[in-house]
Amino acid sequence: MEYSINTFEKLLEECRINNKKIYEIMQEKEAYDLEITVETVREKVYKNILAMKAAIKNGINSKEKSYSGLCGDDCYKLKEKYSKVPSLFGKLYEKITMYSLATTEENLRMNKIVACPTAGSCGIVPAVIIALSEEKELTKDDEINALITAGTIGFVVSSKVAMAGAVAGCQAECGVASMMAAASVVQILGGNEFQIVNAAALAIKNLLGLTCDPVAGLVEIPCVKRNAFLAVHAITAAELALADIESKIPPDEVIDAMVQTGQLMSPLLKETSKGGLSLTKSGILLNERLGK
Amino acid sequence: MKQRSLFDVISPIMIGPSSSHTAGAVRLGLLVKNIYELTPKRVKFILYNSFAQTGRGHGTDKGLMAGLFGYGVDSDHIKNIFTMHQVQNTVYSYEYAQNPDRHPNSVDFILDGEINMKISGNSIGAGKVEIIKIDDFDVKIRGEFNTLLLFYKDKPGMISKVSTLIQDENINIASLECDRNARGQTASMCICLDSEISADIINKIQKIDDVYFVRNVKKLED
Repeated sequence: MEYSINTFEKLLEECRINNKKIYEIMQEKEAYDLEITVETVREKVYKNILAMKAAIKNGINSKEKSYSGLCGDDCYKLKEKYSKVPSLFGKLYEKITMYSLATTEENLRMNKIVACPTAGSCGIVPAVIIALSEEKELTKDDEINALITAGTIGFVVSSKVAMAGAVAGCQAECGVASMMAAASVVQILGGNEFQIVNAAALAIKNLLGLTCDPVAGLVEIPCVKRNAFLAVHAITAAELALADIESKIPPDEVIDAMVQTGQLMSPLLKETSKGGLSLTKSGILLNERLGK
Repeated sequence: MKQRSLFDVISPIMIGPSSSHTAGAVRLGLLVKNIYELTPKRVKFILYNSFAQTGRGHGTDKGLMAGLFGYGVDSDHIKNIFTMHQVQNTVYSYEYAQNPDRHPNSVDFILDGEINMKISGNSIGAGKVEIIKIDDFDVKIRGEFNTLLLFYKDKPGMISKVSTLIQDENINIASLECDRNARGQTASMCICLDSEISADIINKIQKIDDVYFVRNVKKLED
């Protein structure tokens, strides 16, 4: 079907008029635009889910460092810690934090991951969906519905801003990933369409101005750990949304604020490694050491 | 015209670490390969702005090279591209520059060989790319459509001659853009097509008087 979903308002309107879920609108639109069947769209989505699972599986047991030697063993450390002292928040929390680190560390090893929406933010959506899938024993269809729902959020946001740290800072990478993950959680837990969109808005509202200041220009510091933090952040947004706690600023306006904030941010804080963490005493030292 | 997709957001399956700086670089290299078509003897890459600032750390240099030699964004060869035989047989260099007039993630490919060509492109986010300039001509090639690229003598009737040949094969034109350096001199045409075009039609277009250069720039795989 030819749906117009360039804003959250329009997306919810299409859901209402057609009495459909967000993922149904998106998969039908995608099938129409790409001239393929809905089934093919869903299989393409599932291919990505399988790649996400493979990255987690490869990453969870690895402690291979990145080329820089700065990162690569955080997931391993966390797994060791949990085996001795379990998380305060239980098994699901353990999986979400480990899976996000596992995926992101595979990325910095120059191994295979799924950009979601970008590579620097590749750990957030998979960690949440796969951890929930295991703990809640989701079906293949549930997983696909969750990832399409997540993708729809990114799709709407991308009509207003390009997903690149160089354009709008980390808001547009890990920030959007956290929105997507929050939406997928609400979908998995059976929330309604407004709650799904609202969860996304709540997530990004609390990440406005997030800088992209990677030390030595590498997708390592602070990117790896940030993926774990923002995967958990997504859960908070989803829980609030499921309680019908609304963003008082409507979702589309929150995105406008995000875009404007991105424009106002200095280029020094947008993937140029010329400010923030990269310009700390230690950040500069690491950069000089790696330059040799 | 820009049609967006769900799979802009939850793809590609790729080698890390950066969608704009690694996968985007590979895709730019692949598009340049599709435009240049030959194996260059010498290649110089000029990286601008964020590409210059953080490109090395993101493997941008490896990605650009891997694409130029036809390796995709999920290829295990990207990591070790400089040890590949074909690459070692090519003379290559990298320069790093700042230019506020250029996109944050921008690159020039300067290719020497049977023909010489300078191709400029941008990585515009989430692995998406655009070729913006070939030699002196503004172009717009994003690898989302099979794109017919022509250089020809600027004179009346050229667009109609070309589009008639395409129409005869019942192929729909998604978009068409032209540019020229001066009236009556060389012009360029970029035609985005909704389906595959046959070698036969490309041959016919090549035989039109005053068409200097034709390329069928294949769209990029996911």
